[in-house]
Amino acid sequence: MSSPFIEVRSLHKHFGSVKAVNDVNFSVDKGEVLGFLGPNGAGKSTTMKVITGFLPPTMGTAFVCGHDIRIDPIAAKRRFGYLPEGAPLYGDMTPEGFLDFIGRTRKMTRPARRAAIRNVVERMGLGEVLHRRIETLSKGFRRRVGLAQAILHDPDVLILDEPTDGLDPNQKHDVRELIRSMGDSKAIIISTHILEEVDAVCDRAVIIDHGRVVSDGTPLQLHARSPEFNSVALRVTEQDATRLVEVLGALPEVAKVERRNASNGLVSLLVLPRNGQFIADMVGTTVRQNNIFVTDMHAETGKLDDVFRAVTIHSSAT
Amino acid sequence: MRVMLTIARREFVGYFITPLAYVFLVVFLVAAAVATFYFGRFLEDRQADLIPFFQFHPFLLLVLMPAVGMRLWTEERRSGSIELLMTLPVTTWQAVLGKFLAAWAFAGICLILTFPIVWTVNWLGSPDNGVIAAGYVGSFLMAGALIALTSCISALTKSQVIAFVISVVAGFILMVSGLALVLDLFTGWAPEYLVDLVASFSFYTHFNELTSGIIAGSSIVFFVSLIGLLLLINRQIIELKKAG
Ligand SMILES: Nc1ncnc2c1ncn2[C@@H]1O[C@H](COP(=O)(O)OP(=O)(O)O)[C@@H](O)[C@H]1O
Ligand SMILES: [Mg+2]
Repeated sequence: MSSPFIEVRSLHKHFGSVKAVNDVNFSVDKGEVLGFLGPNGAGKSTTMKVITGFLPPTMGTAFVCGHDIRIDPIAAKRRFGYLPEGAPLYGDMTPEGFLDFIGRTRKMTRPARRAAIRNVVERMGLGEVLHRRIETLSKGFRRRVGLAQAILHDPDVLILDEPTDGLDPNQKHDVRELIRSMGDSKAIIISTHILEEVDAVCDRAVIIDHGRVVSDGTPLQLHARSPEFNSVALRVTEQDATRLVEVLGALPEVAKVERRNASNGLVSLLVLPRNGQFIADMVGTTVRQNNIFVTDMHAETGKLDDVFRAVTIHSSAT
Repeated sequence: MRVMLTIARREFVGYFITPLAYVFLVVFLVAAAVATFYFGRFLEDRQADLIPFFQFHPFLLLVLMPAVGMRLWTEERRSGSIELLMTLPVTTWQAVLGKFLAAWAFAGICLILTFPIVWTVNWLGSPDNGVIAAGYVGSFLMAGALIALTSCISALTKSQVIAFVISVVAGFILMVSGLALVLDLFTGWAPEYLVDLVASFSFYTHFNELTSGIIAGSSIVFFVSLIGLLLLINRQIIELKKAG
């Protein structure tokens, strides 16, 4: 059966008059890490709470490994691991006791539990805090206990709500590594509002705003929506700048050449391509042919921030 | 079943993690003993029964059972762990029943620890141990009803204090609805069946029936079905309000 591991179908969730999730559709296949993006209050957490069966949908539904969360929630819940926003845990337990509890609720036999706990403890580096009460642990460790809990039964589907929120850069790096290392064998959704995470771990990104999907594509496609995608930045002298603007501006592949800030007699130019095509090669050739000395030249990939802002501001105006 | 017991086990062990449980046990035992020996003038009368002990129980349980049950759902809601629990492969019913059984078992331990009082009366005289056993059954059932009530109320708030206070008040109303004082308010103007209905909901009436020594089947049925009803309501509250 080749149905996707996660499928969200015409999902709606209303809180009174607030349409927190408004007709969301997407699916995630095995081997895919989906970044679920959106500004605060966009409906990311609410969508996840519905997929995981914590909240009933107002309309539509979600399937996890083919199990409709409304019709067979227990079967669906067996197949995913979930890290709720803020990683709530039982603070009065130790990580060991807590993980054992999770293993029992997942009906793992004692040897299976032992092996699974040993595995996640090693993977998440929990050895040193295994017998301390969870409420006395640092935020980083608590988040790791939350992640350990989610992956304990080696689920096919992982749903992680802001797994790196509030962690320091090293911890963020570790969590991203972990997600990437599991990306091939599972279907993973991570929500975030940190855009660099998209490039770091995601195969695909869905952006939602006001409960609606406003963009769905690969990180590359997302970058390509930036006006600066494939543009070329140059740093040249004032004299050369004038000449370059002229010759480059005349090329059919170039949409326009923008002058940016000038300092120390040097000017930054940004050469924007028409239709996002690749022009770095051509710009380089043109520069050489005109014997212009450049102190810096690089191709821009397009800032996700700009794309994010463009798609989310646009939708809020409607 | 196994999953339900897993939840019960976690909750039960949770009682003993903090010193609070031990404080609670001591308070319970001291209060029970003081009530028996002091208010009941147990020693002076030299009566070899536990009537004063059990007569005082409803009021002891009325205050202490809400204290046992108040954290059952408030803590889940306050810490947000309810989202974790309810997204594990666990049904709401298993969670409600597991938590209830844990609290009820804790109450059972409190009662078991009063056994020295039973030995004392047996040493002082020759009481009717059948009556005493019936008293324990009555106490245990009433404790269960009060815990189920508290569990219901704890599902409505994030504050243990609020859960405690409302549960004591609600328990008190159920308790006294059978007392003459309260029934007098109804007799005269209300139809007789209403008076009977109010009286029939009284914990106190049923408790007295049980502790008088005749294991009254109807009272056992009353408590057991009341517990069942309250737990069903509890499950409904969780399903409707778990996110709020
Ligand atoms: N339990 C709730 N009751 C009422 N409104 C809610 C509730 N949960 C979320 N919302 C509202 O739904 C919208 C989406 O919230 P959320 O899914 O938490 O956003 P995100 O996770 O993207 O920041 C927000 O406007 C929020 O105020
Ligand atoms: Mg959120």
